[in-house]
Amino acid sequence: MLPVPTSHSPALGPGCAGPSLAYASASTRSDIAPPSAQQPCCGSEPFMVDPSAAAGLGLRRHTDTPYVTGTSVLGITYKDGVMLAADTLGSYGSTKRYKSFERLAKVNDATVLGAGGELSDFQYIQTLLDELATEDYCADDGMQLTPREVYAYLSRVLYNRRNKFDPLWNSLVVGGLEGGVPFLGTVGMIGVHYTDKHIATGFGQMLARPLFRERHRPDMSEEEATELLHDALRVCYYRDKQTTNKFQIAKVTAEGVSVSEAFALETQWGYQAFVNPAANALGTW
Amino acid sequence: MAYQMATPAHSAHGAPRAHPSWSPYDNNGGTCVAVAGQDYCVVAASTRMSTGFSILKRDSSLFLQLSDQLVIVTAGFQADSRTLHKTLQTRYVQYQFAHRRPMSVGAMAQLLGNTLYYKRFFPYYTFNLCAGLDAEGKGAVYTYDAVGSHERVGFSCQGSGKDLIQPVLDNQLKAASPLVLPPEEWMTSLPLAEAVDLVKDAFVSAGERDIYTGDAVEILIITKEGTRKEVIPLKKD
Amino acid sequence: MVASGPFDFDLCSRNAYLESKGVKPPRLTKTGTTIVGLIFKDGVVLGADTRSTSDTTVADKNCEKIHFIAPNIYCCGAGTAADTENVTGMVSSALELHRYATDRESRVVTAMTMLKSHLFRYQGHVSAALVLGGVDLRGPHLFTVYPHGSTDSLPYATMGSGSLNAMAVFEEGYKEGLDRMGAVKLVARAIRSGIFNDLGSGSNVDVCVITRGKVDYMRNYEYLMDKTVARETPVVYPPGTAPVLKEKRWKINSTRPSEAAAGGSAEAMDVS
Repeated sequence: MLPVPTSHSPALGPGCAGPSLAYASASTRSDIAPPSAQQPCCGSEPFMVDPSAAAGLGLRRHTDTPYVTGTSVLGITYKDGVMLAADTLGSYGSTKRYKSFERLAKVNDATVLGAGGELSDFQYIQTLLDELATEDYCADDGMQLTPREVYAYLSRVLYNRRNKFDPLWNSLVVGGLEGGVPFLGTVGMIGVHYTDKHIATGFGQMLARPLFRERHRPDMSEEEATELLHDALRVCYYRDKQTTNKFQIAKVTAEGVSVSEAFALETQWGYQAFVNPAANALGTW
Repeated sequence: MAYQMATPAHSAHGAPRAHPSWSPYDNNGGTCVAVAGQDYCVVAASTRMSTGFSILKRDSSLFLQLSDQLVIVTAGFQADSRTLHKTLQTRYVQYQFAHRRPMSVGAMAQLLGNTLYYKRFFPYYTFNLCAGLDAEGKGAVYTYDAVGSHERVGFSCQGSGKDLIQPVLDNQLKAASPLVLPPEEWMTSLPLAEAVDLVKDAFVSAGERDIYTGDAVEILIITKEGTRKEVIPLKKD
Repeated sequence: MVASGPFDFDLCSRNAYLESKGVKPPRLTKTGTTIVGLIFKDGVVLGADTRSTSDTTVADKNCEKIHFIAPNIYCCGAGTAADTENVTGMVSSALELHRYATDRESRVVTAMTMLKSHLFRYQGHVSAALVLGGVDLRGPHLFTVYPHGSTDSLPYATMGSGSLNAMAVFEEGYKEGLDRMGAVKLVARAIRSGIFNDLGSGSNVDVCVITRGKVDYMRNYEYLMDKTVARETPVVYPPGTAPVLKEKRWKINSTRPSEAAAGGSAEAMDVS
């Protein structure tokens, strides 16, 4: 059988491509002392973090800052399942670099994933999930990862990468339906993760979450849920300069997963009081 | 004319200066308290999970309940805390397979200390209490620092509200000094109901003044009959 | 020596240097804060929470953040408590004198200009972020003033650590031509949004409605949450818990100072 390419090195943990053994051991190399009480059997120094990461410090720095980024992802549960929402902008610093980047992705028939932060890292995470999906498909038993499993897996991937000081620079939102019960969880770049009835990452935490806390109910109808998300997205567009007026909403219901076409929201810039605010400030500078 | 030179971006030997633009740690707040009595143990923890000035979740639990006689409660960095809990849960199960009996509080306390010290140079940013009933049925509380130094005490408090609550416990549960000879009983003689009342009051008061303590407090009351849980709401602001 | 002009920031550089060497500066009381303002049909509504914080502990659970500037002008302050109190106090007293001199109602734009010129001179070292509102002969006005001295004239404004939470509510709920009731409701909702979502803000809602010729300062307009549990077995210290070791009694002279002055040798006050 052909070896399956994998990004899950048994030695380096989830989310890392690499060998099955992290350290050369006495069984494969003669110049290494056999394990003793002072030398762990893996052959490394006691308390060593990760030799390859330690050796690379100061050299490999391109993962220290994100380059092309996406902003907030919003998610709420409702009567029929879960809805996720995000805009479609990939920012390069302050540049609107990619205006139709889909930040909501279907994972399987019951799970969607939304991502903010470094978008290349998001695409890498998608390849990880694809590998798992392929394994599931090859097993041919009809089983798929549940949303909670995807969430637990991603929390380990992101935490493992932060442990190696090589983080995946993302805030992820996982939504899905599990035995008819909505699931909504989020994972941050250093591994902080939690589930809730409503979730917002990045600026959305400050702008959208207050509205969710006021208006959200788990038994909202689809229309109410959509309206709430629209209002929250509009506020994000008004006050987060990294948001454009081009959004998508992903939905997970008993019918399966759907990611909407991109749409724009109606906005209001014509309030009387905005017309000439300087009229208020006559006599100053 | 002397111009102020900009600070060089590279150090003298040419390597880029290391300034991490992200931190592997976060503080997600939360407070936990444990009080050991003659035949009970009261363990409590607030449920607010926050970062910076934001509330992430109002109903997150800090507990790892291993059995109805043994619980670990952890404040600090949530990702480390969850990882620690997963490890300890696994080790707890493995212990039972190997030894055919549940782990004692003392054994778990030592394991937790070892697990924390194992990460001495990249510590788990967690502040733990290990609590339960010991072999004699007396309340047992072990308190830790982030890298595994621990001791058995009569009561303790960890987390963001520690500075507010610990002095109150010291005052109300007056433990005899460990220097007194002959050794005196250091465990509180307070009846269970009064201990629970004290713990509730401590959390309500800490919730008034510590911004990371709020929303609700979960209280586990461990007696030889098992564990009972109470949830008391706190202020949400 | 080169003249450095009237404003000298040597002490700021010194402080920054000391801090870089590990000297801890004194911890300042910040107002944490959600403060907002909103213009409606007949006037201005200002709102504020009432928590002030020192690092992560609450320093004051019911402080006042809506400061008096003039009988027709009020100002919400966020930032370092001492800076907001003093900068509003200075402007308030200057305007009072100005009113004595001119016998005219103060204008909001005057207060705003005094604030911004003061703050700009201090280059952001006076950390006061303000929402200034009032009604004068030109009608209702609302300004935000940033610590560095820039200002903004807006129909609705928010400041402080809860400003985004409050602004979310404004952006969702603002409508043209709000009446007084609607405006006060929206302001209170914006402040509540700060109180419940921002850890730097908390406790109660203060609201101040300024209309022509009338100010309605509603201190603790909403009292949001009480302590959830009262102690069932309160600690009672019986009398004698603290032992009396020594006792000494004095006879206190009950003569009042005024009497003493009248009958004594003290000089009478010169009132010429």
